[in-house]
Amino acid sequence: MTMKSLGNPFSAKSDLRHGADCSCHSCSTAAPEVDDSVDLTTSEGMLERAVESAIVRSVFGQSDIGRRSFMGMMGGSTVAAALASVFPINEAKAAILDNLGPPEKTDLNIGFVPITCATPIIMAQPLGFYERYGLNAQVIKTAGWAVARDKSLNGEYDASHMLTPMPLAMTLGAGSVAEPYIMPAVENINGQAIVLSNEHLDKRDPSQWKGFTFGVPFEYSMHNFLLRYYVAEFGLDPDVDIQIRVVPPPEMVANLRAGNLDGYLSPDPFNQRAVYEGIGFIHILTKEIWEGHPCCAFAAPLSFAQELPNTYGALLKSIIDATQYASAPENRKEISAAIAPTNYLNQPVTVIEQVLTGTYADGLGEVKQVPDRIDFDPFPWHSMGVWILTQMKRWGYIEGDVDYKGVAEQVYLAADCRKVMEDLGYEAPDVTYKSHMIMGKSFDPATPEAYVDSFAIKKG
Amino acid sequence: MYTLSLNQRAALLSVVMLVVGLLIWEAAIPGQKAVGELTEYERLTGAGAPKAGVPPPSDVIAKAWEQLSNPFYDAGPNDKGIGIQIGYSIYRVLTGYLLAALVAIPLGFLIGMSPIAYKALNPFIQVLRPISPLAWMPLALFIIGDSEASAIFVIFICSIWPMLINTAFGVAGVRADWVNVARTHELGALKTAFTVILPAAAPTIVTGMRISIGIAWLVIVAAEMLVGGTGIGYYVWNEWNNLDLTSVVFSILMIGVVGMLLDAMFGLLQRRVAYVE
Repeated sequence: MTMKSLGNPFSAKSDLRHGADCSCHSCSTAAPEVDDSVDLTTSEGMLERAVESAIVRSVFGQSDIGRRSFMGMMGGSTVAAALASVFPINEAKAAILDNLGPPEKTDLNIGFVPITCATPIIMAQPLGFYERYGLNAQVIKTAGWAVARDKSLNGEYDASHMLTPMPLAMTLGAGSVAEPYIMPAVENINGQAIVLSNEHLDKRDPSQWKGFTFGVPFEYSMHNFLLRYYVAEFGLDPDVDIQIRVVPPPEMVANLRAGNLDGYLSPDPFNQRAVYEGIGFIHILTKEIWEGHPCCAFAAPLSFAQELPNTYGALLKSIIDATQYASAPENRKEISAAIAPTNYLNQPVTVIEQVLTGTYADGLGEVKQVPDRIDFDPFPWHSMGVWILTQMKRWGYIEGDVDYKGVAEQVYLAADCRKVMEDLGYEAPDVTYKSHMIMGKSFDPATPEAYVDSFAIKKG
Repeated sequence: MYTLSLNQRAALLSVVMLVVGLLIWEAAIPGQKAVGELTEYERLTGAGAPKAGVPPPSDVIAKAWEQLSNPFYDAGPNDKGIGIQIGYSIYRVLTGYLLAALVAIPLGFLIGMSPIAYKALNPFIQVLRPISPLAWMPLALFIIGDSEASAIFVIFICSIWPMLINTAFGVAGVRADWVNVARTHELGALKTAFTVILPAAAPTIVTGMRISIGIAWLVIVAAEMLVGGTGIGYYVWNEWNNLDLTSVVFSILMIGVVGMLLDAMFGLLQRRVAYVE
């Protein structure tokens, strides 16, 4: 990955005047700068580099040629040390990291798909979280995941609500062109359910589901991977014994009514909406499959974070702040009312409230109390990314050798998230890997390949 | 005794059919029954709240009144009045359509004048013509990289063919006698094209344009449902999200009315260029 716009200012070879896409002769012939001193995959690293460049440029004025010959003569590290002795470069870096400069761009478009998983992204507008960090962000409703992906790749959205597996798939080029994506924050954990049509009230045992047709919202989604995992644990091969169709969430309720689907694993409010319309019932919540599983995420192209570091920092702060606000149960009613109107989710408030408060009718005649039916936790565990990649491997979405940790760490920017969480006074975990318990089976992120091999039902 | 003219009787019959149709529709929809004291479970499952279902016409009329009385409200990027939505759709349709006309009519003229070009290009036209707008959309989004321009491109590519074919057909069908007369009067090629061929082919060309505007208006709903954001197609999709069939029925009626008005404009134009041999 070349990052010429953030070229090392202490190198004689880098050119600070030219942008990342510059195709002039001197740029296209220059070898890409490889530089290990600063980790450019974190916003912190990028900010440090931007600060260094600004200081060095101010010393040498507009003469980049002069700077380069000087660096060549003296050696970059000597200059860096000399400069640091007269200018508090580390303090300057720290000051800017703690207190971001004004955002380079304040008018932002952020895409979302109208489901409750996007709650923090959506509510940040009506409840003023974007404003709090100096941003004028509009949240734009998107018809589906494929369009959200294309509009993000096209640059119509500065950042977007996505499913946690999507930035991994996009970075790998699975199902789209490969484009480096970053996912600095998870939106929600839990919050999905398996809904069955009322016709199947007597088929609560999944081994009776042979021949069923299920809907999931997108191929590269936790919904698809969790449904596959769940039925496979009951001895069904999801590619043979049941049919899994990609159905946009709003169409799921209508398809369930029409009998085209026997059930679906989908985001809310469409699980609760099926109960509300008297068509289906909630078979299980996905938190019963994997307590605390990630679902949707906040993602942006890597170039956004590189080119507009202050904007990116401010946006990440507003999202993480909103996510933390959403995780407090006492705020959930207020949030439900804020995100239900036409401009946002366009759903009855009663339905949204049942999802967010966890006091809901299950469609079987009972009122359940599950306060963490959906929860919000921004920390992007690398181990979650590795788990998703193991399932992509298990079901043949990716093939060959997979650099599980490498990809997860490149895409899930846990360091950025931790930094912002600590800035905002929240507690962040010290480690980024942990083992997860999924339907009683432990997943150890240190041995992903063995985990894939341990399943009896898998593709190939 | 005063008798009604044919037109008046037909209009009367239309009104009678409309009223009878609406009454049958209204009667066919079971009313939502009122409920007394609700248990918590009943409240949570929406007892007493309107369920998604086909609405009676009275609901649609109420919805239409509510929407049309304030057609230009703007409550954020995802919630705009029906007037604004239709405005966006018409803008997209007309842009794509005019671009198509700019390409199709001159090209059709050339194809019509040259039988060999007509025969050579015909296979391509026949293959491209039946392609659905939705099939073009992913390709357009990928290549153009802008959803607004992609929607306009899809209108363009779908409305170009009827104009092209009709123009070529009309130009090729101009009576040879007329062209020969022009030749004996020693008119130049350009002057012949404008003073003889164009007026003679005009009715066919306008027919093609009329078919195209109809297609363009058909395409816009599908395109906007997919790319979203604004427009009448987005409005339908957004109300579908909420399973609000009353709004969906209302917007279907609006799509029909606007489509009829667009067609009527070209009907008027068609009468102006018609001639009797």
